[in-house]
Amino acid sequence: MNKKLTIGCSKHELVRLRQFTSDALDEKNVPDLQAHKLVLAVDEVCANLIIHANNCDPVNNIEFHIEFMPKQIVFTFKDKGVGFDINEYKSPSMNELVSTRRQGGLGLILVKRIMDKIEFSTEKNHNICRLIKTYPL
Amino acid sequence: MAEIRKEHKEGVHIISVFGEIDAGSSIYLDNAFKEALENNEKKIATNMSGLEYISSAGLGVFISHLEEFENNNVKLVLFGINEQVKQVFDILGLEKLLKIVSDEKDALAAFDE
Repeated sequence: MNKKLTIGCSKHELVRLRQFTSDALDEKNVPDLQAHKLVLAVDEVCANLIIHANNCDPVNNIEFHIEFMPKQIVFTFKDKGVGFDINEYKSPSMNELVSTRRQGGLGLILVKRIMDKIEFSTEKNHNICRLIKTYPL
Repeated sequence: MAEIRKEHKEGVHIISVFGEIDAGSSIYLDNAFKEALENNEKKIATNMSGLEYISSAGLGVFISHLEEFENNNVKLVLFGINEQVKQVFDILGLEKLLKIVSDEKDALAAFDE
């Protein structure tokens, strides 16, 4: 099964993205607790793309796919914003976050802890970010 | 999407959060904390029983205020977190940084400890 959604780069679109992801996982009988984590990771990456890669410009679009493979679920984001490889991001420690009073930084820690693999590539003028979760979830 | 209600009970400022807190709605929670600090509240309890979802933007609101709370002798207690939201706190180990109890009764009692 392959599901596709296109959203504009506005934070309000995150609600639609979460609902879409949650519905697709529900359709595949993914247990609620697992689904909640996967929805969170998808939300975090997309919020990052909307805010940092596309500067919240609603004219820009992000294409999102979910592929249910025999051994894994693959979540793919395609956009034309400023490319950013999550794997190269050095997560701050919790103490650093507290002492610098930063509100950002936690999202990508969550994504890395929830997903099994994160892939980033650039093809033609698109950035492609793939989040992979292998069964059992 | 997200709704914040505020009340006072037994000298404690209770901020109740309903719905979903994400990158778009975390500002409401942030404003509630800022307002509590401006009003010089020293005992703040956050009722999460109506919270269905929180992303890092919402969690970041708690983290970003921790030091200010400590500097101003403000005590913060969270209660009523559902299982799905709790697992997100667990992934990040936030229970080490935040005082989390099960219900309102325990939250109000926690300020007397």
